[in-house]
Amino acid sequence: MATGIKDKVAIIGMGCSRFGERWDCGAEQLVTEAFSEALADAGIERAQIGAAWYGSAMERSVGNSAIPLSTALRLEGIPVTRVENMCATGTEALRGATYAVASGAVDIALAIGAEKLKDSGFGGLPVMGKGTLNDLWMLYGSAPAGFAQLAAGYRSKYRISREDLKQAIGRVSWKSHQNGAKNPKAHLRKAVEMETILNAPMIAEPLGVFDCCGVSDGAACAIVTTPEIARSLGHRDLVTIKALALSASAGREWGTDQWDGSYVQNTRNAAKAAYKEAGITDPRKELSALEVHDCFSITELVTMEDLGVSQDGEAWRDVLDGVFDADGKIPCQIDGGLKCFGHPIGASGLRMVYEHYLQLQGRAGARQLKNPQLGLSHNLGGVPYNGVCGISIVGLEGR
Amino acid sequence: MTSSTPIGIKSFGAYIPHRRLSRAAIAAAHAWALPSLKSLGKGEKAFCSWDEDAITMAVEASRDCLRGGSADAIAGLSFASTTAPYADLQNATIVGSALRLPDVSTRTDLAGSLRAGLAAVAQALQSSAPGEQLIVAADRRRAKPGSVQEMLYGSAAAALRVGQGDDVIARFLGRESVSVPFIDHFRQNGEKFDYYWEERWVRDEGISKLVPRAVGALLKQLGLSMDRVAHFGLAGGPAGGDKLVAKALSLPPDRLLPDLQGQVGDCGAAQPLLQIAAALERARAGDIFIVASFAQGCEVLAFEMLQPAPATGRRGLAGSIARRVEETAYLKLLSFDGEIELDWGMRAETDNKSALTQLYRSADQILGFVGGKCGSCNSIQFPRMPSCVNCGALDSQIPYALADEPARVVTYTADWLQYSPAPPMYMGLVQFDVGARLLMEMVDVGAAGIDVGTPLAMSFRIKERDRLRHYDRYFWKAVPTS
Repeated sequence: MATGIKDKVAIIGMGCSRFGERWDCGAEQLVTEAFSEALADAGIERAQIGAAWYGSAMERSVGNSAIPLSTALRLEGIPVTRVENMCATGTEALRGATYAVASGAVDIALAIGAEKLKDSGFGGLPVMGKGTLNDLWMLYGSAPAGFAQLAAGYRSKYRISREDLKQAIGRVSWKSHQNGAKNPKAHLRKAVEMETILNAPMIAEPLGVFDCCGVSDGAACAIVTTPEIARSLGHRDLVTIKALALSASAGREWGTDQWDGSYVQNTRNAAKAAYKEAGITDPRKELSALEVHDCFSITELVTMEDLGVSQDGEAWRDVLDGVFDADGKIPCQIDGGLKCFGHPIGASGLRMVYEHYLQLQGRAGARQLKNPQLGLSHNLGGVPYNGVCGISIVGLEGR
Repeated sequence: MTSSTPIGIKSFGAYIPHRRLSRAAIAAAHAWALPSLKSLGKGEKAFCSWDEDAITMAVEASRDCLRGGSADAIAGLSFASTTAPYADLQNATIVGSALRLPDVSTRTDLAGSLRAGLAAVAQALQSSAPGEQLIVAADRRRAKPGSVQEMLYGSAAAALRVGQGDDVIARFLGRESVSVPFIDHFRQNGEKFDYYWEERWVRDEGISKLVPRAVGALLKQLGLSMDRVAHFGLAGGPAGGDKLVAKALSLPPDRLLPDLQGQVGDCGAAQPLLQIAAALERARAGDIFIVASFAQGCEVLAFEMLQPAPATGRRGLAGSIARRVEETAYLKLLSFDGEIELDWGMRAETDNKSALTQLYRSADQILGFVGGKCGSCNSIQFPRMPSCVNCGALDSQIPYALADEPARVVTYTADWLQYSPAPPMYMGLVQFDVGARLLMEMVDVGAAGIDVGTPLAMSFRIKERDRLRHYDRYFWKAVPTS
């Protein structure tokens, strides 16, 4: 009988590089920036790390291997594993490291995610082939086009006018810009007027430029161990992992008539598993803060329903009512989110946890929330109808 | 079947690209340098989108022709075109695979002149091969910017199903042929554009003499006089050639079949088959119609209408002309034809190399749009994978064709970010009434746009072009039908 991960693993150190268009550095500097911060935060030596998980969706150097990380951080002779699950890659790295510690295989493990996107020469994400069969038939849309379709499905199901939905998704981005402006590590640090958001050039109908997250370079990492070892190293008021869940599509949403386009099934699957593992029964009441995968504004909006913090068909009203603002019922993207902190694919899942970790320890500076207890990170990969969702919940030990 | 059982046309179909460009827009674009084009600036012409070619149009015209019938009955397919995409790769085989014709049906490419279209029809009708033959002619006609041909040329395809039986709607009466080295225009292999000789010579020495000669010989052969001819059509040569011939043959002008100049343009090898379609749409039982194709002489065929074509939901010529998306941007024509290279940015730099091994393994899925039906749970799906998308059963898939199944929009967006030669790229989840669903590109979206629930029909198109090696991937796209 599975007993779950709750409180079996503690985070003793985290780091996050500054996100953005890091013309000044490559992936090796980004991981070093995040790693150095985490190592100092944990108060350990590099040699104490027993194993590492490296998440990077696009980084290609010496094949799709662990070598870019083991070389950059000189992690010689220890097991280093490369993981990829599209934009949910960062959460995969954390899962690997956490399970390794929980199993007793190692005492201290490193989870690190990084992406160097701004060497492509253009805005947005690189376009890649999808394999010999899929190349022959599968349509290649842009990432925003994948998620924009949620707007059509959602609007049609709940009979919301184009104008009302545009206003609501615009409000999602407005809020994240307000938050991102207060975060020194964020890619986009500027508040933006609603007028500007609503009138921005169209990217994929109905998503305008401001409905899309930043495409950023960056890295984030976590050092995990058992609560016992954490205490023996002098750590107090531990932040522990409460749940780690993952769900992957098997084709039902886009291969059968069993999906209406208004939600993300993977998020619903992963949320259910995560709440069970963490012992959460009323997420709207129990969760202190949310870091969700707001790759696009419409994604964040439907995610509120998929996570059960809004009723189905009501998230757009909750958004307009300010429920997810910094001073709202459940602050969401208090660090700016993918929208403004940025979205270096492999790093994002860990960047979300990094914000909760700072908030839970009272170290979030100008954006510090009052007395947070539990934070949820929601990390999507792929598209709403064919992808993966990783959810991690962290909180204060014993909570 | 007795010898008196008629041989002739059993069915017909047409395809005209939805995009229509006003000729006045072309003339206006060239007015600074070529003001004389203004005199040709009447009506509109049909032009191909970037993802259409002679193969895709041939598939669509053939589907229109085969509607309501069975592809299994086709013993042979002839594809005629002067603009077939491949010089060495049988174009007819791709067309036939998209139509899901039996792979033992014969396939033939005909080319070399505008006469290829009508010659293919004659060859099939005079052949002693058993079974029904499908003849399809298609041309995507390119013309040099600023040329008279740019004004006059159109693009289209037409298909005929011929054979013997009581279901013949138009009996084949006979054929005459005159072949002389009269070179009104030519295009060497590898060249993009036709080269033309003086129009007055073509008219006076070519059309006015060679066509009446061939038609006269045919009438003599059949023992008919011209006044028995209810409909006459001429393809090839300068616009207005049919009126000259009518005058020479003392044919009243109201018996001329439409030259399609007003709405479509001169569609090359497809033109005589389009005119046969026009005749079939207007002829009454007992009417005799003659269609001639002028090129290095003249090919001429006569038919007698026996009965109206059965109702099959056919689009036909009239329906194809009526279905249109109006375009006014001349630069779009140039861009789709590759005459100007817009800066599409780095996103357009992707490599579209196709794995030909994979294509052969999955040819029925990719070219024929054949998905699967699960033997365990009956759900219909695309692609056909080893394991059912609904119930997970292994190796349970029975081939199931989707091309002719009705569908509708579930989700959609207009993507301005992804590279497309015709932005924005409309895309979304397409739900077939039979249960299959897949993400597809939606094309030929008109001013009305699309929304959740918009009905869709499938269309065979180029998915991506391989600009390095030049094997263009073909697959299916969805077209709004309302």
